[in-house]
Amino acid sequence: MNALTFPAQAAPTTQVGNTTLNIGIFLVFVLVTLGIVIRVSKQNTTAADYYAGGRAFSGRQNGIAITGDYLSAASFLGIAGAIAINGYDGFLYSIGFLVAWLVALLLVAELLRNTGRFTMADVLSFRLQQRPVRTAAAVTTLAVSAFYLLAQMAGAGGLVALLMGITDRGGQSVVIAVVGALMIVYVLVGGMKGTTWVQIIKAALLIVGAGVMTAWIGVKYGFNLSTLFGDAVERAKAPLMTGGLQYKNKIDFISLSIAIVLGTAGLPHVLMRFYTVPTSKEARRSVVWAIWLIGLFYLFTLVLGYGAAALVGKDAINAAPGKQNSAAPLLAFHLGGELLLGVISAVAFATILAVVAGLTITASASFAHDIYAQVIKRGQVSPDAEVKIARRAAVVIGILAIIGGIFANGQNIAFLVALAFAVAASANLPTILYSLFWKKFTTRGALFSMYGGLASALILIIFSPTVSGAATSMFPTANFAWFPLNNPGIVTVPLSFFLGWLGSVTSSEHNAAKYAEMEVRSLTGAGAEKAIAH
Amino acid sequence: MTSHDDISEERAARYIAVQNSQEFAALRKKFRGFVFPMTGAFLAWYFLYVLLASYAIDFMATPIGGTRITIGLVLGLLQFATTFAITMIYARWADRELDPAAAALAEHMERGDLR
Repeated sequence: MNALTFPAQAAPTTQVGNTTLNIGIFLVFVLVTLGIVIRVSKQNTTAADYYAGGRAFSGRQNGIAITGDYLSAASFLGIAGAIAINGYDGFLYSIGFLVAWLVALLLVAELLRNTGRFTMADVLSFRLQQRPVRTAAAVTTLAVSAFYLLAQMAGAGGLVALLMGITDRGGQSVVIAVVGALMIVYVLVGGMKGTTWVQIIKAALLIVGAGVMTAWIGVKYGFNLSTLFGDAVERAKAPLMTGGLQYKNKIDFISLSIAIVLGTAGLPHVLMRFYTVPTSKEARRSVVWAIWLIGLFYLFTLVLGYGAAALVGKDAINAAPGKQNSAAPLLAFHLGGELLLGVISAVAFATILAVVAGLTITASASFAHDIYAQVIKRGQVSPDAEVKIARRAAVVIGILAIIGGIFANGQNIAFLVALAFAVAASANLPTILYSLFWKKFTTRGALFSMYGGLASALILIIFSPTVSGAATSMFPTANFAWFPLNNPGIVTVPLSFFLGWLGSVTSSEHNAAKYAEMEVRSLTGAGAEKAIAH
Repeated sequence: MTSHDDISEERAARYIAVQNSQEFAALRKKFRGFVFPMTGAFLAWYFLYVLLASYAIDFMATPIGGTRITIGLVLGLLQFATTFAITMIYARWADRELDPAAAALAEHMERGDLR
C-alpha cells in the first residue's frame, strides 16, 4: 500500500496515477455515450427534436439530466478543493448553489414550460414587442453561455495537466480541441436528445463515484464527522471549521451569494431543459429530482473536501498541477489507487463534455430560433431551415469555444462561473420574474433591465480586482480597478430590478390579449406545446 | 407555425374572458398565496445564514458538545434540510391542490361554462 501515499508525500509534483489507464477509461466513456447518442438519435429531424428532445423525457430523466448539466467541473473539483483548502468557506459556496433551485421550483420552471417553446426569449417576448425583446434576450443568453462555456473549457486544460501529465500548453491545447470536437459531434448527431442522455449518464457516474468515495471515507472514520473534521484541522494546521479563510471581504461574499441564489433560475441552459418534458407537472418533477440529487452531491463534497484535507493534506494539493482543483482526484488516488483515480478522472472529463454540449445547444438554439428566425427572417422561415442554421451555429460556437478555451487556459474557473451567475442574475432573472408576474411590465422595462443589468455587470467586473490590481487578477501587473468587489451582484441585481420598474412606469404599453393568453397558459397549461409522439 | 402576432380576435376575447373569470382569479390567488410567502421565507432564512456566516464568525465556529461539529455547520446542514422540506411540501401541495384546480379550470374552458 506504500505506492498509494508515495506521490503525495515524497514527490508532490510528479504525475499521479497511470496516464494510459486514465485515457483508456475516458475512451470507454466516449465510445459508450457515442453509441447511445447514435442509437437514440434516429429520430432527430424536427425543431422540437433538435431543441427539446421531442419533449418526451420524463420528469425523473430530466431531473437527472439537469443535475448533469448543473454539476460542472467547477462544482465537482472546485467545491471539493475549496473545502479541502479553506474548510467551512468552501461549504458556504455549495449551500447557495442548492438553495437557488427553490427559485426555479416555485417561481419559474412550470410557468416557463407552459408558456415557451424552445428558448428563454420565447417567454420574455410573449406579450411584449417581439424583435427588440427577443434580441435582448438572445444577447444575454449568448453572454451567459459564453462565460460558462469558457469556464468549462479553461477547466479542461488544468484537468489534462493533472490527469494525463501533459504540462506544456501546446499539448493541453490539442486536448482542449479534441474535447471541443467531441462535443460538436454529440450536439450535431444527438441534438437535445443525445445531449440529454450524455448528461444523464454523466450525472449517474458522478454521483455514484462521489458516493463511493464518501462511503469509503465514512468507513475509514467510523461514520464520525467530528473525527474527520478533527483530523482535517490537525493536518491543515488551520482553523478549517471557522469561516473567513476564503472570503476576506464580507460585502463581497454577500454579493456572491446574491448572484448565486438568483442566478441559477436565470441560466438559459438550465431553463431550456424544462422544454424537454411533456407537461408542467413533469417540469415540477424534474426540479424535485434535481434538488435531491444536487443536494446529495453537495453533501458528498463536504465529506470529500474534509477527507482530502485530512488524508491528502494541503501541501500535496497545492503542489499538484491544478492546485485546489486536484483535491478530489488526489483523494481518489489515495483511497482507491490508479483505478479509482482513472474512473474519477473520466467522470471529470465527462462532466466537462456534458456541460459544454448543453451550453452549445442552448447558444445555437438562441441564435437560430431567436436571432435568425424571428429577428432577421421575421418568422418567415421553415423549421427545417431553422434547425439547419442551428446546427451550423453549433459548429461555429464549438470552434469559438475551443479557441476561447485555449486562450482562457489557466484562468480561474470559479471566477468565470461566478461571472456567468452574476450576469444571469442581473440581466435575466428580473425580466423573467417581471414578465411572469407583473401586469404593467413593458418592452422598455425589459430592455432597460436586460441591457442595463448586462452592461452594469460587465463594467463592474472589468473594473474589479478580479481583472486587475491584485496578485490573483487576470492582469496582475495592471491596475485599473476602482470597484472594490469581485462579484457585482449586490449592485447590479437591485439596479436591474429598478431599471425594469423605471422603464415600465415611464412607458405605456399593454397588450391585453397577449397578457391574458400568457397568464392563462402559464397557470393552466392550456395551449402549451405538446410532446411529439414518434 | 402560427405567429404569435396574428392571434385572432375571437381567441383573444376567449383568453380575456378566462382571465377575468372568478375561477381563474381564485387559481391565481391560490398559486401566488403559496409561492410568494414561501419564496420570501426561504430567501430570508438563506440571507440570515449568509449574514451570520459573514458577521458572526466566532458564533458560527462554536463547537457543539465537545465535538468538532460547529453551530455554523449545523445551520448549514439545516439549509439543506429546509430546501428538501420546502421542495417536498410544494410538490405535494401542487399535486393535491394546484393541479386539480387547474385541470377543473381547463375543463370549464373547454365546455365554456366558466364562472
